[in-house]
Amino acid sequence: MQTKSTARNIFFGGTVFFFAVFVALVAHSYSYIVTTSTPPLTDSVARGKRVWEENSCINCHTILGEGAYYAPELGNVWKRYLADNDNDPKAAREAIINWIRSMPSGTGGRRQMPHFDLTDRQLNDLVDFFEWTSRIKTQNWPPNNAG
Amino acid sequence: MKYQSQKVALAYFAVAMALFAVQILMGVIMGYVYLYPNFLAEIVPFNTLRMLHTNSLIVWLITGFFGITYYLIPEEAERELTSVPLAYLQLAILVIGTAGAVLTYLFDLFHGNPFLGKQGREFIEQPVWVQVGIVVAALIFLYNVTTTVLRGRKTAVANVLLLGLWGIALFFLFAFYNPANLAVDKMFWWWIVHLWVEGVWELVMAAVLAFLMLKITGVDREVVEKWIYGLAALALFTGILGTGHHYYWIGTPAYWQWIGSIFSAMEVLPFFAMVLFVFSMVWKGRREHPNQAALLWSLGTAVLAFFGAGVWGFLHTLAPVNYYTHGTQVTMSHGHLAFYGAYVSLNLAFITYAMPKLLGREPFNQVLNMIAFWTVSAGMTFMTFALTFAGIVQTHLQRVRGEAFMDVQDELTLFYWLREGAGLVVLLGVGLYLYAVFVPRQREVIARAPAE
Repeated sequence: MQTKSTARNIFFGGTVFFFAVFVALVAHSYSYIVTTSTPPLTDSVARGKRVWEENSCINCHTILGEGAYYAPELGNVWKRYLADNDNDPKAAREAIINWIRSMPSGTGGRRQMPHFDLTDRQLNDLVDFFEWTSRIKTQNWPPNNAG
Repeated sequence: MKYQSQKVALAYFAVAMALFAVQILMGVIMGYVYLYPNFLAEIVPFNTLRMLHTNSLIVWLITGFFGITYYLIPEEAERELTSVPLAYLQLAILVIGTAGAVLTYLFDLFHGNPFLGKQGREFIEQPVWVQVGIVVAALIFLYNVTTTVLRGRKTAVANVLLLGLWGIALFFLFAFYNPANLAVDKMFWWWIVHLWVEGVWELVMAAVLAFLMLKITGVDREVVEKWIYGLAALALFTGILGTGHHYYWIGTPAYWQWIGSIFSAMEVLPFFAMVLFVFSMVWKGRREHPNQAALLWSLGTAVLAFFGAGVWGFLHTLAPVNYYTHGTQVTMSHGHLAFYGAYVSLNLAFITYAMPKLLGREPFNQVLNMIAFWTVSAGMTFMTFALTFAGIVQTHLQRVRGEAFMDVQDELTLFYWLREGAGLVVLLGVGLYLYAVFVPRQREVIARAPAE
């Protein structure tokens, strides 16, 4: 019986210890995120995140590598469109919005993005959210623009 | 079955298996959509199919855990459950919530409504009213089983199981915290997702396997209980800081690459220990238990969890590797074998063990059930290989050579055909399993050879 109670005490003690270390590191990471690795939040970014969530985008796309792997990574979609539009932010914004509006393509054998009824404001909020996300300092992930 | 109240487990297992069937069907349909993307695209788009696939998995696994607990706790505590009606009320809440979530996503009801509409955060995307229902159901459940244990015999198996279940409920509360900062959101989202499946769910797994070993092998409780705190300690000592392997690329500090790599590499240890545990119990065991199918599933759980969660997890957990593989089909391959090996098999093992007892019969359809084990396991293993190779090709083309996502996906079609074929084998195996478990009969479909 001695070994069982020793094992139990090691289990409980160790769990409390490791969880305390974890909480301390997460607390530090929280302040690192809000002060260092992410740009300041605006209302439109926050609204854009809700548009992202309400339309269940995560269940096709990934964002910072997390999601459904069926459609392209969107954490850096802003950077891809900037690169394709001669670094003109206005043109990049228009291009993303036009892309979303033109869905579904209906092309045979191509993966289809559904049609979403989004207002101009919602579309611009969503692009603000993508732009903000593309500026998160992610330890240089993804390795290239392909995402 | 020694206690009448254990019978509530039957209703839980029925609901769990119905959702299991839904999950597998959705998976087969999605595998088909990968090959013929226009199929259903306008009626049920991929994101809805995917939500149904993942959420039915999570809900049925947890419903299974609830059923297992209601079966297991009276035998461990040596007394009836505190309340049988409360257990049925809890199940009713869960069923209504599940139906609500499904309808909300299928018909996009209450679009944009913060309380009634879609939540859209992966895995915790149930409408808020459903999440509130889940909390109410969890509170009923915890009250019911905790008071049963407090009034009865306290065993190490019950302690570890309850700790795991309390952890599941507590970490779920982070579903209600949705900060506008995506990086903060992701950091705490993993407190649910990772601390569940690579943390407290492992406690449930260790406790349930321990219970099955006690019953099936007839090994002394003292021997089993020596193991259980060791298994639990290995799981949490590696798993808690192992969360760091999700904090590499989401805006969190660079030190997580070291912490995450080191601790998550050790996450293979609890799964290896569970393999050692079940095999040494079986070797030590003096009893030839009549339910050999339950024994096969139990051993299979430990082995498949070791490969799916342990080895396939390690494959891409080191930060320099993960930098290239993160969010590719490599992740997908690990996800499938880990969930199947660890938690699907665990539930199926327990249901195989408990169903004859719940129905008051001798173990039935043994050989058919074992064929189902090999069919489903072969299908899942082959699917995992197909997705692993798809992931390696994808990693090279997309992450190393920088080719565009959709172009790379076109190169993976062969692997997606193999995956769909494997999925159909899984579907067949699941059909066999459900038949073997739910359709008892006087004469076996396939009789066992007499023991030599």
